[in-house]
Amino acid sequence: MSLMPVWPKVDEERVAEALQEAGEKLESAEGDVVLDFSSVLRIDAKALMALEELAGVADDKGVKVALRGVNVSVYKVFKLVKLTSRFSFVN
Amino acid sequence: MITTETVKERVQIPLATETLSEERIAYLEGLVSQAKIAAAVFTQFSQEDVDRIVKAMVLAGLGQAQYLARLAVEETKLGVMEDKVLKNMCATEFTYNYIKDKRTVGVIREFPERNLVEVAEPVGVIFSLTPITNPTSTVLFKCIMAVKTRNAVIFSPHPNAWRCCSEAVKIMYEAALKQGAPEGVFTCLESHTLQDNAYLMRHKSVALIDATGGPGAVKAAYSSGKPALGVGPGNTPVYLEKTADVSVAVVDIIVSKTFDNGTICASEQTVVIDDEIYDVVLKKFADLGAHICNEKETALLARTVIDPATGFMQPMAVGQKATDIARLIGLTVKPETKLLIAPIQGVGREHPLSVEKLFPVLAVYRAKSVDEALKVCVDVNHAGGLGHTAVIFSRNDEIIRKFGEIINAGRIIVNSPGSVGALGAVYNDLVPTFSFGCGTGGGNSTTDNVNIYHYLNIKRVARRTQAHMWFRVPNQIYFNLNAVENVHQFPSRSTIIVTNPALEQIGHVDLVRRYIPEGTRVHVSVIPDAEPEVKVIMRGVEELNLYKADQIIALGGGSVIDAAKIMKLKYESPDADLEELAAPFLDLRKRVVQYPTEKVNRVRLIAIPTTSGTGSEVTPFAVLTDKEKARKVTLADYSLTPDVAIVDPQFVMSMPKGLTADTGIDCLTHGLEAIVSSYASAYTDCNAMESILMTFKYLPVAFEHPGDEEARCMMHNAACIAAMAFSNASVGVNHALAHSFGARFGVAHGRANALMLPHVIAYNAAVPSKFVPSPYQKGYVAHKKYATVADLLGLGGHTVEEKVKNLIAATEQLLDQLGFPRSIADLGISKKEFERAMPELTKLAFDDPSWRSNPRMPLMSELEDLFWKAHQGRGVARVASASQQIA
Repeated sequence: MSLMPVWPKVDEERVAEALQEAGEKLESAEGDVVLDFSSVLRIDAKALMALEELAGVADDKGVKVALRGVNVSVYKVFKLVKLTSRFSFVN
Repeated sequence: MITTETVKERVQIPLATETLSEERIAYLEGLVSQAKIAAAVFTQFSQEDVDRIVKAMVLAGLGQAQYLARLAVEETKLGVMEDKVLKNMCATEFTYNYIKDKRTVGVIREFPERNLVEVAEPVGVIFSLTPITNPTSTVLFKCIMAVKTRNAVIFSPHPNAWRCCSEAVKIMYEAALKQGAPEGVFTCLESHTLQDNAYLMRHKSVALIDATGGPGAVKAAYSSGKPALGVGPGNTPVYLEKTADVSVAVVDIIVSKTFDNGTICASEQTVVIDDEIYDVVLKKFADLGAHICNEKETALLARTVIDPATGFMQPMAVGQKATDIARLIGLTVKPETKLLIAPIQGVGREHPLSVEKLFPVLAVYRAKSVDEALKVCVDVNHAGGLGHTAVIFSRNDEIIRKFGEIINAGRIIVNSPGSVGALGAVYNDLVPTFSFGCGTGGGNSTTDNVNIYHYLNIKRVARRTQAHMWFRVPNQIYFNLNAVENVHQFPSRSTIIVTNPALEQIGHVDLVRRYIPEGTRVHVSVIPDAEPEVKVIMRGVEELNLYKADQIIALGGGSVIDAAKIMKLKYESPDADLEELAAPFLDLRKRVVQYPTEKVNRVRLIAIPTTSGTGSEVTPFAVLTDKEKARKVTLADYSLTPDVAIVDPQFVMSMPKGLTADTGIDCLTHGLEAIVSSYASAYTDCNAMESILMTFKYLPVAFEHPGDEEARCMMHNAACIAAMAFSNASVGVNHALAHSFGARFGVAHGRANALMLPHVIAYNAAVPSKFVPSPYQKGYVAHKKYATVADLLGLGGHTVEEKVKNLIAATEQLLDQLGFPRSIADLGISKKEFERAMPELTKLAFDDPSWRSNPRMPLMSELEDLFWKAHQGRGVARVASASQQIA
């Protein structure tokens, strides 16, 4: 996992947009990637939908996306909306 | 305007959803998905976040109270606009007032004295049905509750109240969103069908159904398999008792029954009035704008507003004005008439107006007595209103109490209006609500006024409590040679010396008498030298009564002292039931049967032991034999502990060798079991350790040289000290085995203990196959404590295992020195005979309370194994083998 490229930190102020951009970037990316969530303290509905779409892109491309540094409150939100099975998590 | 279309009762919601189109399912799935995301996002919000959003919603609701009330009346054609404004204001302002300072996020309540904290967890997505009778107020109330508890709601309003409800949802949603609430936190079904409701009620992402609606909707909610909050139908009985303030009562009833034209299901339905005030009450009703129907009008009214086929109210009348209802039956009343009052003579189908009437028609009943009044109220309560609401007007506290006891209602409103009273926070301190739980009587899971706490999962974080422990012994213990002289300190008018024949013969009784203060009346009660029987006890109690004793001196071994303890108990508390007091218990402080504290007599108990082993002079135990039932009964309570113990070795100098050995090993077993007990503490450990050291040192000397005063004295003290330890730490599995084996084969207690002891040390030192749950024990330490004992005895060894082995070997050596048999087989008990007895032995041992404080919980198979080990016998090789498992 540590060999996977780590993309820039997801911006706390614009999480949904950052995830949309990451989804678009993923379309042309090669191999597995790590998204750094360490600065995300709270996530909203738009961001969740963006993440859901990103998971779809990853599935279509057959690549793995790992989320790094997800805080436990945000992790619980992922759990409640059944997103945890779509990603792997690294600390 | 009354039309038959005014109220369409929801028919039962079907469970089948196959008729839904794919588009409809996609629509419903979208709603759920949105709500699910909103609920998930909401979990990240702080208390401050939700409080800010709630306040904004409340202000928005208050600002639109009149607008929403008008919409509701226009759409539903029910009720009174002005009253609906008040309802909307109650739903916002009063609810806010109740919840504003309540914590609903994170830790919501703390109970430091219980080491307990309650933490809130939102429920998630709530599917909520709202009624036609209180449409907008219910929506406002539920939206505020949901945000306060961080939940998302999908609303399904009554079809005839959809427009006003969806407008209320919109107002709440916009206010919440402005303050940062998650998108999709509230949604409202568009023009829905019953199949939609059925689909959502069973949706896996819906966590809770809150069904404020008719019986069909509530039943469907409860049948869905989801957790559900439901409401029940009402039929509020009112008892207007003769001591009531009639003027206040009549106004309150009119206020309540006319509020929103009687649409609140908690409103009064039948007023049962005491005969003495009946006429006055009816006149006051008439004076204040009620029309009192005559017999003919009542019959006409009943036929019109109650459906003769079903016995229930006609929907067309719900929420209508009294004058409109009067017009319906062709009755001319004054235009200002607020209420139609219909006298009835009974309750049930023959008296149609005795049922729920959600309109301003009130039944009244003249009761000839309190008893009759209460019975009629019970009849009304059971005629469709179980669990809901009841009202009483009275100044007689006893009658109010009785009413509260016999009526099954979640809300029993006293001296105030039923409908507004039940809503809470206006006339009383009930929790404000728009959803009345009606308990099992109404087919609900709660009788509460549904509130924020029903929208939360409340988690309890329970920290381990620091169990209180104790160390209780007699408050006076005199020891060493000639300690008996201290008897002179205790003034008494009448003393009874309880002893056995042998001790009287050898002059011990005279020795004691010498120190009893002059002028004391002394009587000697000689009892057999055996475990006391009930009839011996009762004879002793007769003597205590005869001599009006204020002091007992128990002079003897364990049996005599035990007998004196029980005599004291029965003398002081003659009603004490020995059989009941012997009931088993797990924790002394939580036992079911408590020992009596009220005493008709008071007597001091001085115990002077004449053996060095049982320690009965300081213990809270007494064993009684019930020969009629062929069993032994153990009594245990600190109230049995003697008041004074005198441990004087001159009474044991003449003990025979066998008794010295038996009682000495009993003493050692007490120490070794107390030290590893799950109830052990530093207070008991020091006593247990010291008694073990003293026993190892002095028991062989006292055995070999019975006349050695120092050895006798130290063994006598050791027995008392060990008893102080096990009185507070209890014993263990060794005693359970010995009790069982001793009783079955008639082997002396000390000897039975000796046969088990090395095997039990090895057993307790091994990693338990099963631990005993005990709040007093922190970790498993038995093996280490045995090792500490070995160190104190200077037995050597480097590892815990070696030290335990050395302790076992030292114990075996001591047993050999004292001439104990090495095995049960050595007693002449054959393997076959032992095998036959085994089921009974293991059963008795397992039933014995002694092992409850053992560090290992003995399995039946382990008890059997220990018995067989004791039968095969000890010996260095065998014990070494057993100790191979030592932890």
